[in-house]
Amino acid sequence: MITRHLSSLSDTGSRVFLGVLLAGALYVSVCNLLLPETHALHVPTHVVALLGKYLCYAILAVALDLVWGYCGILSLGHAAFFGLGGYAMGMYLMRQIGDRGVYANPHLPDFMVFLNWKELPWFWHGFDFFPFALLMVVLVPGVLALGFGWLAFRSRVTGVYLSIITQAMTYALLLAFFRNEMGFGGNNGLTDFKDILGFDIQANSTRVALFVITVAALALTYTVARIMVTSTYGKVLVAIRDAESRTRFLGYRVENYKLLAFVISACMAGIAGALYVPQVGIINPSEFQPANSIEAVIWVAVGGRGTLTGAALGAVTINFLKTTFTSGFLAPYWLFVLGGTFILSTLFLPKGIVGTASTLWHRKRSEAAPAGEVAPTPQAAE
Amino acid sequence: MRFASRYIAGIFSFAIAAFALGGVSLADQSRLNNATALFAAGSYADTIAAIDEIGVSGVDHAPAILNALSKRRVYLNKTTKFTVYRQGSVYHDFLTSKQLDGKPEGAKSVRVNNRVRSAIKAALGTLELRAKDPATRISAATEVFNRKDVAVLSALEKLIASETVPAVKKMFLDTRAALVLAKGDAAKSDKLAAIAVMKARAKQDAMVALEVAATDTDPEVADAATTAMKSIENWLAVAANFQNIWYGLSLGSVLLLAAIGLAITFGVMGVINMAHGEMVMLGAYTTFVVQELFRAYAPGAFDLSLLIAIPLAFAVAGLVGIAIERGIIRFLYGRPLETLLATWGVSLVLQQAVRTIFGPTNREVGAPSYMSGGFEFLGLAITYNRLWIIIFALVVFASLLLILRYTSLGLQMRAVTQNRRMAASMGIRTGYVDAMTFGLGSGVAGIAGVALSQIDNVSPNLGQSYIVDSFMVVVFGGVGSLWGTLVSAMTLGVVNKFLEPWAGAVLAKILILILLILFIQNRPRGMFALKGRAIEA
Repeated sequence: MITRHLSSLSDTGSRVFLGVLLAGALYVSVCNLLLPETHALHVPTHVVALLGKYLCYAILAVALDLVWGYCGILSLGHAAFFGLGGYAMGMYLMRQIGDRGVYANPHLPDFMVFLNWKELPWFWHGFDFFPFALLMVVLVPGVLALGFGWLAFRSRVTGVYLSIITQAMTYALLLAFFRNEMGFGGNNGLTDFKDILGFDIQANSTRVALFVITVAALALTYTVARIMVTSTYGKVLVAIRDAESRTRFLGYRVENYKLLAFVISACMAGIAGALYVPQVGIINPSEFQPANSIEAVIWVAVGGRGTLTGAALGAVTINFLKTTFTSGFLAPYWLFVLGGTFILSTLFLPKGIVGTASTLWHRKRSEAAPAGEVAPTPQAAE
Repeated sequence: MRFASRYIAGIFSFAIAAFALGGVSLADQSRLNNATALFAAGSYADTIAAIDEIGVSGVDHAPAILNALSKRRVYLNKTTKFTVYRQGSVYHDFLTSKQLDGKPEGAKSVRVNNRVRSAIKAALGTLELRAKDPATRISAATEVFNRKDVAVLSALEKLIASETVPAVKKMFLDTRAALVLAKGDAAKSDKLAAIAVMKARAKQDAMVALEVAATDTDPEVADAATTAMKSIENWLAVAANFQNIWYGLSLGSVLLLAAIGLAITFGVMGVINMAHGEMVMLGAYTTFVVQELFRAYAPGAFDLSLLIAIPLAFAVAGLVGIAIERGIIRFLYGRPLETLLATWGVSLVLQQAVRTIFGPTNREVGAPSYMSGGFEFLGLAITYNRLWIIIFALVVFASLLLILRYTSLGLQMRAVTQNRRMAASMGIRTGYVDAMTFGLGSGVAGIAGVALSQIDNVSPNLGQSYIVDSFMVVVFGGVGSLWGTLVSAMTLGVVNKFLEPWAGAVLAKILILILLILFIQNRPRGMFALKGRAIEA
């Protein structure tokens, strides 16, 4: 059983991907912790945090690729699951502040004191306890996805209609979290974190540990997604993507297949959000912006839809570009670049970087071995 | 002793004035003379008494005197009782308003404190009841109404008799009724009449006026007042609903304007245009540019700027739309999700382009004179800009219906929508029709931008704030149905406004979104879904 599952990781892409992750984690942690700051190969702590952020986005991209690339569900609401996971972690981190806040109130976070609240709202109870917070990181996005997906897939809301209502979902959450009365810090969100599990959140070692955990989470997410898409279940998913009605007529419960993929993808997005918050140090309602969800979609599109490794690659590439552009004198032109990427990649690179590269690779291989031992890659339909 | 001195001073100054000229009527003159004497007496209480005298004198320069007094620009020589007031740097005779060469010798300014200033304000109030402009008279009466200034009552009675403008007269009568009730010592029949007047007024301020009467010692008056208050309350509840419907229709027409172009590109062509909001934004910026040109070259014709901006906005947004269709979208037909992403990219580029050219801050777009102000209708406050936008939205809607129904382009558009290959076989240039349809939808969005520039901030983010709403309207109404878009925009607008007082603006919007998400579960293709084979295409 396990060996069969592991065999789904035996392709070149997976090996390279997991290998790069392992090497990167080793390199970054060793060069940050062991080398002196003056050393040429030293990796500064802010770079570690930045890489950690990219990898969180990569997890989100893999989650999105699972539903969009393999199941044809273009979710424009994955930022909502990401944000909810982030808020769950943020709430735990807020409780860890204790009486070290500005108002030094041992029972309430600063913003509640500021709003003159007397008691902790019921939904904040339990977040002092780390395992509970971890459970919520997965559970809250998962349950939302379950309810939302159950309603949507059961009534066969598909294609752009689904995209639009997922966008409405994240928009509604954005508006809701902006309200102070919701009890999540309103406009300012949750910030000013002190420590996590007793470790100082600013310390080098904590940063590196968070980075390594993020790498592990990405590897795990990738593995789960890879096992899912290479299994029989994954074949049905692809069938649904390419011909939903036909799959239904063949006797498959299409909505259940979609629902499972959607819920698991939402949980992955929640985990990504939870890892994102301690590394970035803040979570606020702007994470729910519909624009964020659409940006995540473009990561997947640029990297290569339906390739998983491509999704992660796209997320890291685009965000690296974004950091480079927005930090210098080119900042005003970033949106031109991003917008141009959207247009050019859909027009000229419909399979993304990884998809195009693997097509070229296969073509080369089949030219070298004309016997036709390589099966033609199936064309992904809408 | 004090009385005597006032009396003597009064007679003394009267004599001087009567000697000086006989032009102004004697009654007025004596009031001003009394005022001079009171000023001379010197205490604040005397000054206030003097202000009352000036207020009821009815002379034309009374407002000028009172305004001068509030700025300590009334000067008096205590021995000669000769009084002047100053406007700007020019001195005028207090009694005749005749210009003087300079400040008379020995004249000192009359002292003023806050109590005196508030007396001046009250006196100016009654002066305004006599103003030439009817609007000023009405607002002055409203002021008296709200302050329950019973001192004005006798002056008001006279004014009612001489008033000729019906609207002003009605306001005066209402005010008199409110004063009668506030004063409380009127005869029973007068009070009952006043209650009837207040009942007919049927406004919140009438409720306030009736509250005193409801506690009257006479049970009949108290009963009448209570009944009147109940009837006003009922009416106000009904009026609040009407007001909500009005606001809802107003919001609905904004939604309709924003969404109707989308109803064409998304509904008729099946193209997800995420850059639709940016077409609206382009329209708004076109309006801004047109207005700047008008300000620079033809400030007198500023009212025409919107009329010029409408066709220009249509052209600008329409051409950009055609460019997008020919340059990008036509390569992506049949791949709606890819279209969505590419047009999102277009929207980012357009936003940034506008930000680079016009700057990131809000731009000032002025309102022409016929769009500012408003009027009252059955207790509803109706502003002209909202009214115009509703009318405009309906006109745009009607013209689109007519274009689709009666022009050859409309016919071709419908043919391509229903069966692209058959239409092509019949000789319709589908590529041309696609471009024109997209241009039409984008152009309409541009026109919407002209209207929205009147009620919203013109900034590069203008389009973003409408995109989710517009999609909701189109999907709720049913894709491909213009009538559905109309009904859905108005429904969403009205429901939103009815939820708002109960849940607050933000929560109302969230509830609407949740309701819509649930609605789509039940009717995945909207209220007015196309039936038959077309939906599977």
